[in-house]
Amino acid sequence: MGFLGFLLANRTEAMQLALEHAGMVLLSTGVAVAIGVPLGILAVRRPAHEWWILGVANLLQTIPSLALFGFLIPLPYIGGIGARTAIVALVLYALLPIIRGTHAGLLAIDPAVREAAIAMGMDSWQRLRDVELPLAFGVILSGIRVATVISVGVATIAAAIGAGGLGVYIFRGVSMVDNRLILAGAAPAAAMAIAADVGIGALSRRFSRTTRRAAT
Amino acid sequence: MAAAAVEFRGVSFAGPGAPPRLEDLDLSVSSGELLVLLGRSGSGKTTTLKLINRLLTPSRGEVLVDGKTTTEWTATELRRRIGYVIQEGGLFPHFDVARNVGLVPSLLGWDAARVTVRVREMLELVGLEPRSFAARYPDELSGGERQRVGVARALAGDPPLLLMDEPFGALDPPTRTEIRTEFAALARRLGKTIVFVTHDLHEALSFADRIALLARSRLAFLGGAQELLESSEPEARAFARTLPHRLQ
Repeated sequence: MGFLGFLLANRTEAMQLALEHAGMVLLSTGVAVAIGVPLGILAVRRPAHEWWILGVANLLQTIPSLALFGFLIPLPYIGGIGARTAIVALVLYALLPIIRGTHAGLLAIDPAVREAAIAMGMDSWQRLRDVELPLAFGVILSGIRVATVISVGVATIAAAIGAGGLGVYIFRGVSMVDNRLILAGAAPAAAMAIAADVGIGALSRRFSRTTRRAAT
Repeated sequence: MAAAAVEFRGVSFAGPGAPPRLEDLDLSVSSGELLVLLGRSGSGKTTTLKLINRLLTPSRGEVLVDGKTTTEWTATELRRRIGYVIQEGGLFPHFDVARNVGLVPSLLGWDAARVTVRVREMLELVGLEPRSFAARYPDELSGGERQRVGVARALAGDPPLLLMDEPFGALDPPTRTEIRTEFAALARRLGKTIVFVTHDLHEALSFADRIALLARSRLAFLGGAQELLESSEPEARAFARTLPHRLQ
C-alpha cells in the first residue's frame, strides 16, 4: 500500500489533481445534460430526427477515447492542449447514455397517461414539464449516473493532452514504470467513480420514493 | 329538438397507409343527450370518440362541436371543455388525487382556493370522502376508486360535453353495476351531453337515450333501446343475442 504513503506525502498536489478531475467531470456532465436531454426529447417528439440523434451519439461512443482527444487537438476554438479540449471530449462521451436515458424514459411512459394529458387540454410544454419529464426522471437519472461514472474513467486520459487531473500520476507512473504512482492516480479515481455511482443511485431511490412509481 | 352538441358530417378516418377505421359517418348528438356508441372491438367506436376531442382529425368530412368544426377550435381550448374518461382512469401516477382532479380547473386558470373547493365538491359527487382521498396517489386506490377519480377529474372543469371510453370495463361485475347505476343517476342530474363507448349491450340498455351501433367502421343502426332489440339489422341481432333469454 505504498501509494497511500505517497498520497499522504504529496497531499496538497494530490488534492489539487483530484479537484481538477472532479471539476472536469462535473462541468462536462452538466454540459452533456444540457445538450443530451433536449436531444433525447427531440428524438421522441420528432421521430424524423430520431435516427441521426441516436446514430451520432452511438458513433461518438465507438471512437477510442485517446483518438478522440487527438482528433480534437487541431480544431479551432474547441481544440488545443488543455482542459477545454478534455471537457469537449468528455461531453461527447457522456451524450450517449444521457440521450438514451431520456429517450427510453419518455418512451416508457404509459400511452394512456400520455393521451390523458393531451385530452385534458395540456399544451405541449405543460405535458413535458408536468407529466413526461417527471415520469421519465428516474430513467434519465440512471443515464446521467452511467455518464458520470464513464467520465470519471475517461478523464484520467485527459492528462495525456495536458488537462491535469488524476491521470497525471497514472501517466507519470507508466513512463517511470512505478506501480505506486499508477495506483496513486487510479485508486482515487476509482473511489470517485464509486462515490458518484452510489451517490446518484441514492438520489434516484429517494426520488422514486417521493414521486411514486414512474412507469405504471 | 335541442341544438346539436356534436355533429358528424360525412366523416371518414384512416391512419396513414392504413385501412379506414371509420367510413361516412353522419350522426348528430343533441345537447343533454346520452348517446351510447356500441360495437365490437375494432368497429370504430373509440375512433369516433377521439374525433370529437381532436385526438384524431377526420380524413374526410368534418366534426362540429357547438357549431364549430374541431379544426376551427384551438385544440387545447376544445379539450378543456370536453371531459374525457378512459378505462382504468388514465390518472397521472405522480399526482395525488386532488391534483389529478384539479388539473383542468388549474389549466383554465382558476385560483388555488377555488380549485380546492371544486376538488372537494367533485370527490363528494362521485362518492369519495375528500378528507381521506385527496392526498392519496392512484396506486393506493382500488380499481373502482380510480374510476371514480377519473369521473371526478372529467367533471371538474364543468364541461358541457363528456366522452367516456369503456370507463367501467376493467371493473369486477358487482362494482361495475354499482358505479354504472350511480353514474346513470348522476348523468341525468347534471344534464351533460354524454357520448359513451361500450361493447356491452347491457350497459348500453341501462342508460342510453339512443344507441349508435357501429359495425366494420360504419354506422349499422341508430335508435332507442327497444328499437335495437326489435331491429332485423344483422349486427343488432348479433348483439341482442348476447342478452339472457328472459330479457329479450
